[in-house]
Amino acid sequence: MGRYVIRRLLQMIPVFIGATLLIFLMVNVMGDPVAGLCGDRRCDPATAARLKKEFGLDKPVWQQYATYMGNVFTGDFGTAFNGQKVTELMSTAFPVTIRLTLVAIVFEIAIGITLGVLTGLRRGRPVDTAVLILTLVVISVPTFVTGLLLQLFLGVEWGVIKPSVSSEATVDELIVPGLVLASVSLAYVTRLTRTSIAENRRADYVRTAVAKGLPRRRVITRHLLRNSLIPVVTFIGTDVGALMGGAIVTERIFNIHGVGFQLYQGILRQSTQTVVGFVTVLVLVFLMANLIVDLLYAVLDPRIRYA
Amino acid sequence: MPEPHEPAEGAVAGTGMGGAMDLAASEATTLAAGEAGAGPGAGPGGGPRGGPSAPARSLWSDAWRDLRRNPVFLVSGLIILFLVLISLWPSAITSGDPLDCDLANAQKGSSPGHPFGFNGQGCDVYTRTVYGARASVTVGVCATLGVAVLGSVLGGLAGFFGGVWDAILSRITDVFFAIPVVLGGLVLLSVVTSNTVWPVIGFMVLLGWPQISRIARGSVITAKQHDYVQAARALGASNARMLLRHIAPNAVAPVIVVATIALGTYIALEATLSYLGVGLKPPTVSWGIDISAASQYIRNAPHMLLWPAGALAVTVLAFIMLGDAVRDALDPKLR
Repeated sequence: MGRYVIRRLLQMIPVFIGATLLIFLMVNVMGDPVAGLCGDRRCDPATAARLKKEFGLDKPVWQQYATYMGNVFTGDFGTAFNGQKVTELMSTAFPVTIRLTLVAIVFEIAIGITLGVLTGLRRGRPVDTAVLILTLVVISVPTFVTGLLLQLFLGVEWGVIKPSVSSEATVDELIVPGLVLASVSLAYVTRLTRTSIAENRRADYVRTAVAKGLPRRRVITRHLLRNSLIPVVTFIGTDVGALMGGAIVTERIFNIHGVGFQLYQGILRQSTQTVVGFVTVLVLVFLMANLIVDLLYAVLDPRIRYA
Repeated sequence: MPEPHEPAEGAVAGTGMGGAMDLAASEATTLAAGEAGAGPGAGPGGGPRGGPSAPARSLWSDAWRDLRRNPVFLVSGLIILFLVLISLWPSAITSGDPLDCDLANAQKGSSPGHPFGFNGQGCDVYTRTVYGARASVTVGVCATLGVAVLGSVLGGLAGFFGGVWDAILSRITDVFFAIPVVLGGLVLLSVVTSNTVWPVIGFMVLLGWPQISRIARGSVITAKQHDYVQAARALGASNARMLLRHIAPNAVAPVIVVATIALGTYIALEATLSYLGVGLKPPTVSWGIDISAASQYIRNAPHMLLWPAGALAVTVLAFIMLGDAVRDALDPKLR
């Protein structure tokens, strides 16, 4: 187990370097990193040159990348366009987005797996067909449309929620945004659980469990569910990274000041440090989530052993 | 080394080695069910499957037979045909000009001759919704073609030759998978000033190909272990002949399935990027741009948002349903 974790951690290094380098290049080479510092006006050449020298932007790109990464690993993510430390922005933004992601994942697990089990056990019945059609519709309507519609009806027309979230972003304010963020993945979780349950229901071990007279409830929860949830856990795990990165749309709709909001501001103001810093953390989250999922395999499925 | 797992294909992988027999059994039952369902329509010509009189059917003719009888395929196919037609000739069902706007009409509701009302700039929402199909369909089709060609060539070659190139390609796909798509789009497209559809398509191909390349790689690796490929190799077939004549026709089905479903998601992604202000740019008529503009006036004039959003949802739904139907036809055991 220990050796497996170490090998996986080593494999992550090239992926981490590749992904951060790609984003670094996109921001630095394609955009003009000092343009944002002059506000909306165009920088005059002398100021631009001075700023470039000050930030080390006259050096070759690989050297800038090496310096930047060196700083990141000592905990210095640089400063944003308004002089605030990027780490300060992160310390306010990440808790909000993590709360939002947690709400979304709770929805995925609670609603997605329940619906998946219900439909998987009743394949071909009206419930199954209805839920399948519903998931198709949810997948087809893009998140920003779902979000805007929920905001319109729940927030504006019926006044059930406040249309925009306050800067504290407490959990009860994040319920509807969390549902919106989860919506598409929720539908995938439902379909994945359904396929998995329906397939495993015919497995030998389920027949054995039924034959030995176990109550139906126990067959489903202990035998069927545990085996069927393996692909679902994979999906939810890899989805953590996607949710945090995809929160940019949800956060924009509901005016939540989380990671997506800061990133959007950073991109608008061409603040290289903010963008690369946040993306670096997101990539790390994604890689760690994948590792944890692979380790969870061994817990869920005793047939898998990591040497 | 445990490979990274595909969420979409995980359901099959989860069965493990011990499930092989169950899988074969379930495939047999689904096939039997499919035959039974097709029975009444098949008429007197539908003989028993595999009987001596039945002509041999290839995977493709079999799939086409299934598809023609699938109502989901017929409905989604008709919607897509309609969308393609109006994106080629939008003037067939509207006489207006999407850029002909009169501010005096701004935000007005529906009126005779203008069933969907007017948007914030006073443009006719019906005309703009019709013309918006072109951008979505163009982006979806071109991005899918690009992704499918690039992904299957790179993934297929890596799967076929294996070794160092395969390892390098796998690491490169890992890198692309680690970057959140919407975020990559924001960063990359925020510096683009061109207002054509090509930067958006290029971006989707750039970030989308690893998905297809993984599928293609896996399915080429499966196909190349089959006996007929070994036989062709023993008979001295060249690599190119084996790839093109023997492996490609047998490995392309999963690529087609994933690409069809991806087409719908690319259309949704284009709209999302346009909503965030980095996708298509204004003189181009796009549902994403219109939804984004309308979202500011959602309290006063929700019709400006609902029509383009509805059109977008129906389009994405049609392509995803088509992908589902194609998957059912090509790969009955995934049903």
